[in-house]
Amino acid sequence: MNNLPVSFQHSVIIIVLVAVTTFATRVIPFILFPSGKKVPKTVEQLGKVLPPAVIGMLVIYCLKSVSPLTYPFGLPELIAGLLVVILHVLKRNNLLSIGVGTVVYMVLVQTVFA
Amino acid sequence: MILEKQNTYRAAFKAAFPHTIPVLTGYLFIGIAFGVMFADKGYNFIWAGVMSLLVYAGSGQYLAVNFFDPSVSLLQVVFLTFMVNIRHIFYGLSLLDKFKVSGKKKPYMIFSLTDETYSLYFLTKTPPNVDEGKFLFAIALLDQSYWILGSIIGAVAGTLIPFDSTGIDFAMTALFIVIFVEQWLEKKNRFPAVVGVVTTIISLLVFGRENFVLPAMIAIMTVLLGKNRMDNKKGAKDNE
Repeated sequence: MNNLPVSFQHSVIIIVLVAVTTFATRVIPFILFPSGKKVPKTVEQLGKVLPPAVIGMLVIYCLKSVSPLTYPFGLPELIAGLLVVILHVLKRNNLLSIGVGTVVYMVLVQTVFA
Repeated sequence: MILEKQNTYRAAFKAAFPHTIPVLTGYLFIGIAFGVMFADKGYNFIWAGVMSLLVYAGSGQYLAVNFFDPSVSLLQVVFLTFMVNIRHIFYGLSLLDKFKVSGKKKPYMIFSLTDETYSLYFLTKTPPNVDEGKFLFAIALLDQSYWILGSIIGAVAGTLIPFDSTGIDFAMTALFIVIFVEQWLEKKNRFPAVVGVVTTIISLLVFGRENFVLPAMIAIMTVLLGKNRMDNKKGAKDNE
């Protein structure tokens, strides 16, 4: 326990803050629009189209550290990412797509492009 | 009476379990990856389990691993967590109606609203002989149990068997790619999906790695609201 990067108390505070903040993002709509209150049409429409846009954003978010102009030019991400897409289109199996993609990526960054 | 109630919950879990198998597999994998990364930082399986119990957020917990560092302020912890999870606001917006059946279980239903659980609510139909509130609760509880289990396995493995985990965080990228592909194959969501990718890339190029999320969110909302307004106008004109 004494080899933590920050103190025990600080670690607990971080976890509590992350938990409370995460819950806040989930509970806000239910506070803004309690049962029985009408949801504005714009908000309703936005709620329908935002999730796919946000998932697209998250894919890029995960790849933000890739530098396409310097070695290895984002090749491990490109190869493993394409593999995930192809496997998923062919098999539609979450575990297979995620599992194989991750293992291939780990092999690529640890050996081929190390 | 008690027996009858048990049977109903039992029926709900029995009906829900098969639907949660894709999440079971996905969560075990990325949960293990989280546990390994957290253990790498010096936090054992108890920490990982408690965090998965109290926080329960895939990308949020991946990001949070970086918070356990003297250089990160508590204000940054709150801000970054809020930004990475801000999408959840929109999940709740589309569940305002559905959660009315949840009664006393509603706080937990809101707490456990992850990407995967959210998508299951829309992919699955409650069987006619099962109470909907209990069915949705069963999905939520099963999903979180997979997540906690995965993170504990990962932390134990990461502590006992030291191995090079470099690149294991790609599991999260792969998960989002999988959700993205699923949405893409459904066709109807292609426009917002493209908007999400393109505006985020532009925002990343303009604002850089540290500051691109908020501008990207604003740009996405602006474009999608603009498109909505145009569609509404077009619809109004077509009706004339």
